[in-house]
This record gives sequence, structure tokens and C-alpha cells, in this order.
Amino acid sequence: MENKPTHAARSFLIELMLYAGLIVVYVFFVIAFMGNWLHALYEHHKIRYAFAALLLIVGQGVVLETVTTILLRLIRRRTD
Amino acid sequence: MKPMDFLVSQTHISPFYLVIIGFIIGIFGGFFGVGGSFLAGPALFAMGVPMNFVVGTDLAHIVGKSIVAAKKHRALGNVDLKLGFIMVIGTIAGVEVGAQGIEWLKHFGQANVDQVVGIAFVVVLISISAFVAWESWQTIKMQRDREREAEMSGIGVRKLGAKEDESAFDHIARKIHRIKLPPMIKLRVSGIERVSLWAILLVAFVGGVFSGFLGGGAGYIRMPSMVYLLGVPTHVAVGTDLFEIVISASYGTLTHAIKGNVDIMIALVMHTGAAIGAQIGAASTEYFRGPKIRLAFVPLPLIGAAIVIYSLLSGKHLK
Repeated sequence: MENKPTHAARSFLIELMLYAGLIVVYVFFVIAFMGNWLHALYEHHKIRYAFAALLLIVGQGVVLETVTTILLRLIRRRTD
Repeated sequence: MKPMDFLVSQTHISPFYLVIIGFIIGIFGGFFGVGGSFLAGPALFAMGVPMNFVVGTDLAHIVGKSIVAAKKHRALGNVDLKLGFIMVIGTIAGVEVGAQGIEWLKHFGQANVDQVVGIAFVVVLISISAFVAWESWQTIKMQRDREREAEMSGIGVRKLGAKEDESAFDHIARKIHRIKLPPMIKLRVSGIERVSLWAILLVAFVGGVFSGFLGGGAGYIRMPSMVYLLGVPTHVAVGTDLFEIVISASYGTLTHAIKGNVDIMIALVMHTGAAIGAQIGAASTEYFRGPKIRLAFVPLPLIGAAIVIYSLLSGKHLK
């Protein structure tokens, strides 16, 4: 029978790979497409750029926190 | 993985590198309660990001990451909201002073910004590392001596609870608590009966100046200051520092972005790695005591200092 630490490590690696996959998709299909728009905003409207930057990072923080919490909860449920 | 174009800062960096750096910083940040700028700053500088963008972008990245870690610490009961809100006032004033310092340096050319900020960064990082190492070692030695004495005399020694903490510098915090400069306030969550509001504001202001001038949340100076000068238990200092960083770094992001010092694309990519790292780091604090957390912190600023020294001396970046 597989011991508990090995099982936990394997579950963790699987979830980490899942997360990595989601991140690759996110970086290339969401963030990369915002590049030109953000650059134009930066060049012409610094104040709007500043608020957009803050909103983006806060929004991403909240969304990713939810995703990582769900993933870590899944790991815990599998190892319990 | 191919480098990605970051148009705002005119740099080309592999997104994979940024995600990995973010992940490592996230773990350390969640564990030690610091924004991780002692590693993020040097790591970005080493990839050829101009120092003014390093400062502003790192602040933006820290906002997203600290939200994650602060929420986790709040759930663990490690956040003193009253202390956090007071510190925000002092920090914001300090951040503005630091950011104005960068603006002033820009008049003398980019090379000057890089050199002055880089050298100041190295001095601060080495000093903090040396001090925390010395203090943690003194505290651990003090605890061992006390346990040995108790064993020899046959009297049991009271073990500290998981959230209790002590430091070889407790006497400094006690002296600061005795300064009667009104208004005096009580911090229930931190277990402090009376402390002058001005002492808290001063500690926060100094941290804010470092944050605005060197980038990041300056947790590397605020967290030890909260423990040694204000006498806040390490676990609460970690959580409160993160909570405070969310607000002050948001302000720092806005002010630096308006001044043209933030490449938000770099911050967004880095943060994807930091989000999961911060969760793992924050959860790990449950298994360690105060002096050991502080002792484990020691090598981290030195790594950052080594990267900056390499970049400054060689004039090369690690691309």
C-alpha cells in the first residue's frame, strides 16, 4: 500500500502541473493579447494606465487566490 | 521558452523565468511575511529591466501576491488590523518620499539611478541579514541556556505556545513601550498593552521610504522592525505586514505607474507563479517557531545582494 507522504507529494505534483497548464494558457492567450492595448494606454494616458494596472493585478490576485485555494483543498481532500 | 516582448519597459524576458521567480518569491513571501523584493528586484535587474521599472513593477506584483498571503494569514488569526491600518498612514507618506527620491535621481541619468539604488539595496540587504542572523542566534542560545538551567535545578521550564514569541531584543521593545508620547494605544491582537502611536508611525514611515526608493513592500525592514522595536510576535508581524503591504503597495503602484515606472505585463506574469507559492509559504508558518523563522530568513537577502553586486560590477545582466 502506498504511504501517505508519497501519495500527498504525487497529488501535489499533479495539481501543480494542472495549475502550470492553466497558467501557460492564461499567459499566452490573455496576458499576451493585452500587451499592445496596455502599451498604448501607457504612452498616451498615464493615469488611466495606472488605475488599469492596479485593477488588473488586484483582479488577478483575487481570481488566482480562488483557483489556488480550490486546488490546495483538492490536494488535502485526496491526502486525508 | 521563447522570450516575450514587454513593450512598456522595452525588455525581452522568458515568461517561464518570470513565473518561476514569482513562485519562489511567493513561497518566501508567504512564509516570512515579506513582499520578496530582496529577490524579485535583483532577479528583474539581472534580466535587464531598468532599475526604475524594477522598483515600480515589483510593487505592482507585490499587490497581487500579498492579497493572497494576507487573506491566508487573516484566516490563521495572524493579522492585527488596528496596527495594520495605523502603519498604512506612515508607510504611504514614506513611499511618496522614496518615489520622489527616484524622480530626483532620474535627472542625473539612468546609470545613476541604477548605481545609487543598486548600492543602497546591497548595503540594506547585507545589514538586515547580518542583524537578523545575530539576533536569532542570540535568542535560540538564550532559550537553550534557560532550558539547561531549568533541567539542572529540576524546575520545569514553561514552553512557549505556537503563537507566542520571544527575542533577545525584547528589552528594546519594552523601552519603546515605556515612551510616553501621547496618544498611547493598546494592540490587543499583538499583546501590547501600551505603545505610542508615533513609534508605530515612525517605524512605518522608515519602511515606506525604503519601499518607495528600493521597490517592493520593504517587508525586509518592516517585519524585523515590528518584532524588535515594537515587540510584535513574529507570526502577527508576518500577517500584519502582508495586510499593510496590500494597501501601501497599491498606493506605490499608482504613484509609480503615473510616473511611468511600472510594466504591469511583467508583474502579471510573475504573479501567476507567486499566487500558488504564497499559499504554500503561508501554510508552512504553522510548523515553525519565531526565532527559527527569522534564522531561516537570513540567506535570502544575501542571495539578492549577490545578484545585484554581480550586475553592478560586471555591467552584465544574467540573460
